[in-house]
Amino acid sequence: MSLKGNLKNYENEKILITVNEEWCKTCGICLHFCPKKVLVANEKGYPEAKNIADCILCMLCELRCPDFAIKVEKKESIVSHGQQNRDLED
Amino acid sequence: MIKDITQYFRKEMFPHIWCPGCGNGIVLGAILRAIHSIGWEKDEIVMVSGIGCSSRITGYVDFNTMNTTHGRALPFATGIKMANPKLKVIAVMGDGDCAAIGGNHFIHSARRNIDITAIIINNMIYGMTGGQYSPLTPTGKYGSTAPYGNIDQSFDLAALAASAGASYVARGNIFDVSQITRFIKKALLKKGFSVVEVISDCPISFGRINQLRTPVQMLEWIKSISVSKKVWEKLSKEEQVGKIPTGEFLDIDIPEYTEKYQNICINIQQERRGK
Amino acid sequence: MSNKNRLIKILQGNEACVEGAILAGVRFFAGYPITPASEIAEGMAVRLPELGGVFMQMEDEIASMAAVIGASLAGVKAMTASSGPGICLKQENIGFAAISETPCVIVNAQRGGPSTGLPTKPAQGDVMQARWGTHGDHPMIALAPSEVSEILYMTIKAINFSEKYRTPVMLLLDEVIAHMREKVSLPFPEDIEVIDRKRPTVDKEKFLPYKADTDLVPPMADFGSGYRYHVTGLIHNEKGYPTSNTQEIDQLIRRLTNKVELNKKDIIIEENYFLEDAKVAIIAYGSVARAAQRTVKLAREKGLKVGLLKLITLWPFSEETINKLAQQVDLMVVAEMNLGQIVREVQRAALGECRVIPYGRVDGELINPIEILTKIEEEIKL
Ligand SMILES: Cc1ncc(C[n+]2csc(CCOP(=O)(O)OP(=O)(O)O)c2C)c(N)n1
Ligand code: SF4
Ligand code: SF4
Ligand code: SF4
Ligand SMILES: [Mg+2]
Repeated sequence: MSLKGNLKNYENEKILITVNEEWCKTCGICLHFCPKKVLVANEKGYPEAKNIADCILCMLCELRCPDFAIKVEKKESIVSHGQQNRDLED
Repeated sequence: MIKDITQYFRKEMFPHIWCPGCGNGIVLGAILRAIHSIGWEKDEIVMVSGIGCSSRITGYVDFNTMNTTHGRALPFATGIKMANPKLKVIAVMGDGDCAAIGGNHFIHSARRNIDITAIIINNMIYGMTGGQYSPLTPTGKYGSTAPYGNIDQSFDLAALAASAGASYVARGNIFDVSQITRFIKKALLKKGFSVVEVISDCPISFGRINQLRTPVQMLEWIKSISVSKKVWEKLSKEEQVGKIPTGEFLDIDIPEYTEKYQNICINIQQERRGK
Repeated sequence: MSNKNRLIKILQGNEACVEGAILAGVRFFAGYPITPASEIAEGMAVRLPELGGVFMQMEDEIASMAAVIGASLAGVKAMTASSGPGICLKQENIGFAAISETPCVIVNAQRGGPSTGLPTKPAQGDVMQARWGTHGDHPMIALAPSEVSEILYMTIKAINFSEKYRTPVMLLLDEVIAHMREKVSLPFPEDIEVIDRKRPTVDKEKFLPYKADTDLVPPMADFGSGYRYHVTGLIHNEKGYPTSNTQEIDQLIRRLTNKVELNKKDIIIEENYFLEDAKVAIIAYGSVARAAQRTVKLAREKGLKVGLLKLITLWPFSEETINKLAQQVDLMVVAEMNLGQIVREVQRAALGECRVIPYGRVDGELINPIEILTKIEEEIKL
């Protein structure tokens, strides 16, 4: 995130998932609706990308997060937004 | 994506004040993604809101912003738009804000077909004041002022806007964020009065009293009552009860108000000069 | 003054108001029809499109007031006009204009009240509403002209004050002067002073929208000019963001009031008639001041030392003048078309230095010169 905060990174060679624990209000939306159960709540309730290998980059967690506290990035295309902008096509 | 939209934040105002799981933040994200994908400049955007939790939205974005009085976002927006039609004017309202105290302004803004985008965050309750029922609380649901169940019929805002003269009308929900982002983008680009109603949650003021205590329960419920327009049309009257149709209800091109007004000015000035 | 001959026109009070507003640079009007103010809207509907300005008939007076504030924030001088029932509806957003420091002018062509009251008859029952109609401590400037040409000039003043002090200004007419026709010599634009709000000159990044200059008034940016900021009806800090800091709250509320109260010298407009040697002073404003002027003449013919203090600025109130005058005269008669509103302010300002009595009429008829004189004669016999 370009914003300051208590940032936690979860990554593998393809994907980087960042959780801003300062902004996250542990509402549980991202983890409950993750289609691949990638996200799991830690002892404080913050999402952790335990199963990052299963992530399909659907971006639903990021789109639904009411607090702008979770970010999902595909590593090689961090610059290009082709994938992300797909959902804006008419 | 987030880094695309954080450029529109007033960063010092975050984290925002909304409760955990409140849909206002989800709608804020959708609006900003739509704006980003259009590519408008911050300076040309004016965002106006009324009063309510949802209306706090204007404090968070780095545009020309205004948090007005309860229900009055649209007439304020109308003054701005008429004074400077080049500005892109967006009005964000709560369901009580838009449909109760501001109901008349909503109808008349649609009737004028003025080029303003109205986004209604419909959490079906008066969130800020603690859960009193609103004109969009479903019949039978509870509120702090409907302790025995709401006997009022709720408005169909989309039908209201369409029949009053709007150019674009759509309804989505916070579960399908891609869809509402798409609707908002179309609404923003529409020349004329455009309306996007977003069915949203309020786990605190609506959820608690209606046995939908967590944000997840609220979202599951919203998902369960939403049906696409196509499906809705095939349902019988009985089956439609308790369900909310989503989709685009109107998308037409009709003369827009600021343009009609400018034509009046041009014509009268020519006539006077001719004399 | 230019040497050219001025155009003399017979104008109705409401028409003079339109002319004044246009001269002062008003280019936005939003309103809702109501007697006895409708001619202002009708005049604006003709004139503004000719000048590329905006006239809008809104769905109600609440919306009219909101649209006026919106237009003003977008950088256009804006005005609305109404009467009692509509002024009631405007109150909520008049408060918004006060707290957001948005220049605007509200014309109230007063009619009898309460409620629908007397639509076609004059009254002055809204002078306290003009001051305290919207809730909370707030500044208010209110002007009450008494002649048609004065309406024109006071409309210009009202707009100028609203721009200079960034505050809503109320122009109080009444049914009599709003509808009366009189000769007006129209000034040339170069003959009048037109004031525009200060606009910011600092770097856009450094702009603090509610940081006041030493005159207690912050420069104001137009929406769309590149100075992006937040406008709210909540108590806010210099950045324009809501605050609950007690110091910031106190600072804002005091500054709002002080920017008007500390500039009383500039804002207060009053006129004296035969006050130099007066032992009795009539205090009057609006159309009653016309009658009172006549009373003074009649009284002087009878050898009575009667004078008139005509208040044009009602708010902020002429406390100092009244206090001085109270030390000179034995009696003050406050004549107004209500049951005693400004008289209370006069009593307060007189500090017991002289006798202050009200003379009111609330039957829809204008107070006439004879009845004020009769009242004075009765009182001085006591
Ligand atoms: C004139 C006026 N009446 C009442 C209120 C109190 N009030 C503040 S917010 C609100 C309701 C908000 O409900 P809604 O518009 O649905 O917004 P939400 O908080 O649910 O987002 C009310 C009644 C007010 N601020 N102003
Ligand atoms: S959706 Fe956002 S706020 Fe909610 S738990 Fe996930 S990261 Fe936290
Ligand atoms: S991008 Fe999709 S799959 Fe990956 S963590 Fe988020 S919701 Fe789960
Ligand atoms: S009370 Fe409801 S609407 Fe308001 S912030 Fe909380 S969840 Fe959102
Ligand atoms: Mg609501």
